[in-house]
Amino acid sequence: MADEELIVRGLTGVDMALRIAGPGTRSFAFLIDWQIRLLAALALVLLAVLLRLLPNALRPLTHGVAIAAFVLAPLIYFLYHPVLEVLMRGRTPGKRRAGARIVTVEGATPTAGSLLMRNLFRLIDSMPGFYMVGLGCCLFTRQRVRLGDLVAGTVLVLDEADTSRRLARLGEAMQRSALPLETLRLIQDLLDRWHDLQEAQRSRLARALLAKLDPGYDSQSDAALSGDGLRARLEHLLGAGSRP
Amino acid sequence: MAPDRDPSAAVWIRACAAQWQALAEQTVAVPQRAHATVDEALQTLRIYRAMARHLASARRLLPGSFLTTALESACATLHVAIGRPPKFGRARLLTLFRDDIPAAAASVRVTALWITCLFVASALAGWWLISTYPALVSIIASDRMIDGVEHGRLWTDQLFSVAPPGVLSARIFSNNIVVTLGAFCSGILFGLGAFYMIAINGLMLGGLLAFTHQHGLALRLIRFILAHGPVELSVIFLAGAAGTALGEALIRPRLATRAESLRRRAAELGPLLIACALLLLGSGLIEGFISPSPRFSIPVRLAVGLGYWALMLLLLSGKLIPRPRVGS
Repeated sequence: MADEELIVRGLTGVDMALRIAGPGTRSFAFLIDWQIRLLAALALVLLAVLLRLLPNALRPLTHGVAIAAFVLAPLIYFLYHPVLEVLMRGRTPGKRRAGARIVTVEGATPTAGSLLMRNLFRLIDSMPGFYMVGLGCCLFTRQRVRLGDLVAGTVLVLDEADTSRRLARLGEAMQRSALPLETLRLIQDLLDRWHDLQEAQRSRLARALLAKLDPGYDSQSDAALSGDGLRARLEHLLGAGSRP
Repeated sequence: MAPDRDPSAAVWIRACAAQWQALAEQTVAVPQRAHATVDEALQTLRIYRAMARHLASARRLLPGSFLTTALESACATLHVAIGRPPKFGRARLLTLFRDDIPAAAASVRVTALWITCLFVASALAGWWLISTYPALVSIIASDRMIDGVEHGRLWTDQLFSVAPPGVLSARIFSNNIVVTLGAFCSGILFGLGAFYMIAINGLMLGGLLAFTHQHGLALRLIRFILAHGPVELSVIFLAGAAGTALGEALIRPRLATRAESLRRRAAELGPLLIACALLLLGSGLIEGFISPSPRFSIPVRLAVGLGYWALMLLLLSGKLIPRPRVGS
């Protein structure tokens, strides 16, 4: 049975849980990274080929650049993960997009050595093709790790740095508004996802919330209220904006 | 009861809201910092302690609520940032070459000797096999190689005409590094993978030597490998030994669990792989620039091969960068 969380012993004696990323998040992050490194490598190869097609008179000027592009292309493709993971302390653009990061089993930022060891084992994890060994290992291990993670002592966890931002906003709202905590959180959630939701959906949710919470809201007279108007009223409920 | 319908929880929430806001805002800034001053580091520890205190109270007063989850997440973010390893600077590099690499090499010394024996035994078996059944050479050599040797040409003769020495070195280096890392990584199969890699390479070398010997070209092949061979082969033995040590950590764990034992052994052996990669880089350059060139005589090749091998021994024994004497 796979663990959902990595329990970390805190420095003050208070334990905390980091949510473990599953094979889905892992694959999503890998696909984004794969596209980035493939496109970067292909762009360099294309550049090298185009430089070779230039007239002979320009060859001496472009020869060095073409060679450099040919050499750099495989380097970018194969060193993308180890280099970026070390530089970005356990993240890559793909992992950041998928909301995941690498930590040690103790919940700390991994060392460069651990990250390099983790990447070294891609040789085995990627066998016999399409990362089958890695994925299989990920499906059957408790902490959903591939062989590289197992050897390096790392775990891929969900990066919840954004939760701190939400806590800060909620703390601000709790000081200004008299509404209960869970209600404030509900409004905050809707406002956070405002631009991700479709116009009709967010309008329906906002109206339902306002009808229950805002005594000054009248569903009939405020029926023509625009999206911006609804948002402003919700922000007013949080105590963050002036009443429209 | 909903969290803040409990009067004590509601009072606590209102009392702490301002602190949470301030702490959370400071928490957001911590992971984004590339470097931290001593004051910033101490401030981070203060935030962490405060957050942990609030988390403990939240768990008691509001178990399972969003607030508890958010405080836990903020605490975890700070924990990851506090546990960030120091920057890999000059001092760490010195420790790596002076202490870590020799320690790792010393820990696999005996295994490396056994791996060398395995390689020699496989090479002898390969020699016997091809000498007894010459037709089997097609298993270890391509048709082009066989055709060339049968017409008195070694496949190494045309290396200079195939690619410039720099490109050749890069190609050789990447090929060697894959073999070396493969020998190490396959050790995770309880050491059997490493044994297989070493045995198959020994079998091929022995077989090819026997095949070239049958056509009077063995000395030319030895001349070719004289400059780069000693270090290249030693590095492969070391990687095989490291892979075997990794497998041994799984078979005979020295710590509480196999996973823990494997992790510790891999961390100990990591520096040795860095040394192997660096040595292969030099080996690749020698193989690209010196080995295929007819300009270098056998004594020169021998001097280069033995000199580079001695340098490798100095690096692995820790004598390349001696420790400062106590009291000096």
